[in-house]
Amino acid sequence: MYEHDVIVVGAGGAGLRAAIAAQEEGADVAIVSKLHPVRSHTGAAEGGINAALRDGDSWEDHAYDTMKGSDYLGDAPAIETLCQDSPKETIQLEHWGMAFSRDDDGRVSQRPFGGLSFPRTTYAGAETGHQLLHTMYEQLVKRGIKVYDEWYVLNLAVSDEEVPEDRSCHGIVAYDIQSGEVSGFRARNGVILATGGPGQVYDHTTNAVANTGDGVAMAYRAGVPMEDMEFIQFHPTTLPSTGVLITEGVRGEGGILYNKNGERLMFEYGYANNAGELASRDVVSRAELTEINAGRGIDDEYVHLDMRHLGQERIIDRLENIVHLSEDFEGVDPLEEPMPVKPGQHYAMGGVETDENGETCISGLYAAGECACASVHGSNRLGGNALPELIVFGRRAGAHAAGKDLGTAKITTGKRGEWEAGEVDTPVAPGAVGGADEDAVADGGKAPDSGEPSDARRASSRAERSDGGAVATTGDEIVDRAVDAEHRRIDRLMNKDDGVQHAEIRSAVQKSMTRHVNVFREKEGLKQALRDLREARERYTDVYVDDPSRTYNTDLIQTIETRNILDLAEAITLGALARDEFRGAHWRKEHQERDDENWLKHTMLSWNDGSPELWYKPVILEGEEKTYEPKIRSY
Amino acid sequence: MSTQEQKPKNQTDTDTESADEDIIAGSSPQQRRLREKRGKEIPTPEEKAQSEDSIHLKVFRYDPEVEGKQEPRFDDFHVPYYKGMTVLDALIHARDHFDSSLTFRHSCRQAICGSDAMFVNGRQRLCCKTQLSDLEEPVRVEPLPHQEVIKDLVVDMEHFYDQMEAVEPYFQTNDLPDGELDEQRQSRENREKVKMSTRCIWCGACMSSCNIAAGDNEYLGPAAINKAYRFAMDEREGTDMKEHRMRILEQEHGVWRCQTQFSCTEVCPKDIPLTAHIQELKREAVKNNLKFW
Ligand SMILES: Cc1cc2nc3c(=O)[nH]c(=O)nc-3n(C[C@H](O)[C@H](O)[C@H](O)COP(=O)(O)OP(=O)(O)OC[C@H]3O[C@@H](n4cnc5c(N)ncnc54)[C@H](O)[C@@H]3O)c2cc1C
Ligand code: SF4
Ligand code: FES
Repeated sequence: MYEHDVIVVGAGGAGLRAAIAAQEEGADVAIVSKLHPVRSHTGAAEGGINAALRDGDSWEDHAYDTMKGSDYLGDAPAIETLCQDSPKETIQLEHWGMAFSRDDDGRVSQRPFGGLSFPRTTYAGAETGHQLLHTMYEQLVKRGIKVYDEWYVLNLAVSDEEVPEDRSCHGIVAYDIQSGEVSGFRARNGVILATGGPGQVYDHTTNAVANTGDGVAMAYRAGVPMEDMEFIQFHPTTLPSTGVLITEGVRGEGGILYNKNGERLMFEYGYANNAGELASRDVVSRAELTEINAGRGIDDEYVHLDMRHLGQERIIDRLENIVHLSEDFEGVDPLEEPMPVKPGQHYAMGGVETDENGETCISGLYAAGECACASVHGSNRLGGNALPELIVFGRRAGAHAAGKDLGTAKITTGKRGEWEAGEVDTPVAPGAVGGADEDAVADGGKAPDSGEPSDARRASSRAERSDGGAVATTGDEIVDRAVDAEHRRIDRLMNKDDGVQHAEIRSAVQKSMTRHVNVFREKEGLKQALRDLREARERYTDVYVDDPSRTYNTDLIQTIETRNILDLAEAITLGALARDEFRGAHWRKEHQERDDENWLKHTMLSWNDGSPELWYKPVILEGEEKTYEPKIRSY
Repeated sequence: MSTQEQKPKNQTDTDTESADEDIIAGSSPQQRRLREKRGKEIPTPEEKAQSEDSIHLKVFRYDPEVEGKQEPRFDDFHVPYYKGMTVLDALIHARDHFDSSLTFRHSCRQAICGSDAMFVNGRQRLCCKTQLSDLEEPVRVEPLPHQEVIKDLVVDMEHFYDQMEAVEPYFQTNDLPDGELDEQRQSRENREKVKMSTRCIWCGACMSSCNIAAGDNEYLGPAAINKAYRFAMDEREGTDMKEHRMRILEQEHGVWRCQTQFSCTEVCPKDIPLTAHIQELKREAVKNNLKFW
């Protein structure tokens, strides 16, 4: 067993920032990541980091824009924290040497972004995430922070009290991809999940193949609620053939969207008469799809994004990376012709429920970054607000886990606060096939009570557990027990010699989600998605790993990831079906109005002995000094 | 370099060539089973080979753990082709439809994570950025040469990382501005100067293509030297630091090892002028020495 004070799962922007902060508080910290840190998807971020740095701008304005962008589904304490901390955190990166773009006077450059009332997006060309990720990894090297790279985290080691809020997290179980070794990692102070987004739930996504939502699924099955999962952001400008992102910076710099008739669609059809191309992402995505559905798309599939008029010099200075992406992945030279673009899955606004200090309802378990939902983005994230989220909440989670007192959180987590039971009419029962006691293959959640213990130690830990339910075993024992469960799960997947392969299941899920739970959502489609997911889950009980090797077995890893994808896809769809209103990125054909009276609340899903339980908690609109009044969102 | 001797060193001139023909495409048990299970949905590789829009890949295979794969060999895959398909797309198709044990690193699909650098038709390339239409068939995919192979197309990157870390790859300055909100101003020109050097994605292609690095294990190599350039040329680090960095670079296995063969510059998927950067550092080193004389 490995042992550290704080264990960070994931080495993207959030994980790296958390690790640095934990170390600064004096903790012995280690990162466990399935990818080498510089391979994390944060490196793909293009556009920039929002921070109120300049005269004429203020964190209050940033907070206001964010709340409005969220369509009033953000929690004020989290949003205000984001906007207050972002300037300092952004300049911290600058002090670490990050290669930001510069103005003539040598200060970091800022540019306009969708939904922002001030040009406050700080950037490094169109490769901000690359520069940020590498700068932070450099700091990690400088500090000698231990990284277990290419270790896949299989599960959390959490005690098993009846009520999730009474549970505590003592570590993780991870699998060394290169050697096949399964090991426990004991965290003396805390575990921080920073596993990134779940883009692989969809088949047209800007996200990396590694973005399979592992952390969210693990936390969910350990008893932490998932919050606002239905809110998936679709980015309006992705390349049609691959999903590669064309940054919003293109529109920020003045790029124009045209339909097949050469009309400037955002104005021509009144989608956003003031902000035009710079309206927020949900608005632009719907506009494009409406055009395409009305027959005004090009090849019935996409629209054009034109930046030629910006001039070569400006393009090369600020958007050079876009020229390469468009040429390499779409064969289009954007200096010569407009780029084809269409909406694609981009970001998950929802995730592991946390407070503004990054803590979940399970003590010792934290989350930060895209996998977390402190609720800063509500139902629609503004471009340039995710990178500050990584550094602001990454730092807070790291410091807090290492023992720094950040004061009492204003956001309560778990079912402790006010909550309301929810109900949704599903065509099939969601959740684990066969309930809580199904075998480890299909579940991977709770350790099954059946199965042969392979040695005496395993036998004794099981005995302790069965005699009293929530027996308070020591942290070490809880980690050992989780290790045993994962050994069994892997053995079963590997020893089964026929069945279904994960790739088939994964692709069926991705297709159904893209078809039914996309930008436009209808009741019947959502129900169909649930049926498809049920079928996929059933097939998953017959999944097996064909590759017999213990060395670098990506077949095994992907099989386990697929299980996580299933849980997340289901949560997204359940939330989308339950929420019968139109808010932010969530559009419902049957419900075309935002319904503040009934829906100013967060959708919560808890894993309750194998089946998802739906409940709601209110949105917090009271900030430090003012209350944000919901207004009609127009751009 | 790590010294796990059971791993073969992948040479470009592998002697397994002759065995290729023995391995009939699609005849592995997994492939057969899959075909039977899915019936007609997937044409057999033979059928595909006859159709015009399939592409023929020859992929390097090796797995120390699996009997029958302990000797390196090449497998043939015939993958249905569509316009715009990349080498990575083809590998994914082969893995997901024919043989799920086929192993390679990849993640972003957009030339930014640096994980899928491989040796494709005799050259180091990022698979996600390489169009099949630019290559001659059969497309040969091998792991990066001069690295230890872990399995199939996955190589051990430890040595590469060690060299990167040997140059103190982090910003160091003695005069940070006082205020936590004050920037250390940098001129546009200076940022422009270091810009290309900051683009490295740690893919390892350059190291793998470098003859000197292949012969001298301690040579820092193009990527690490480029990383040092990124800081040495950054005006914010100050002169003391620059001297410190030059001392690292001037050591026996530093810049002077480079024989200006340009192979690193040729293969770098981010178009970083590596050789030019190394040359510039050599000139700096000469200047430095003159000053000390
Ligand atoms: C193409 C693109 C462009 C974007 N541009 C912008 C932008 O301009 N501005 C902005 O604000 N936001 C942008 N975003 C959003 C933002 O980049 C992401 O939300 C953010 O980078 C996510 O960072 P993260 O640290 O949470 O996760 P990631 O960077 O995805 O890192 C996840 C980490 O978790 C690890 N991991 C995952 N699962 C496991 C497991 N089971 N075991 C071990 N390790 C695991 C991975 O190895 C990885 O290290 C963009 C996103 C995309 C996709
Ligand atoms: S310098 Fe270029 S080839 Fe070398 S590791 Fe960096 S990106 Fe790859
Ligand atoms: S998959 Fe990331 S560089 Fe090719």
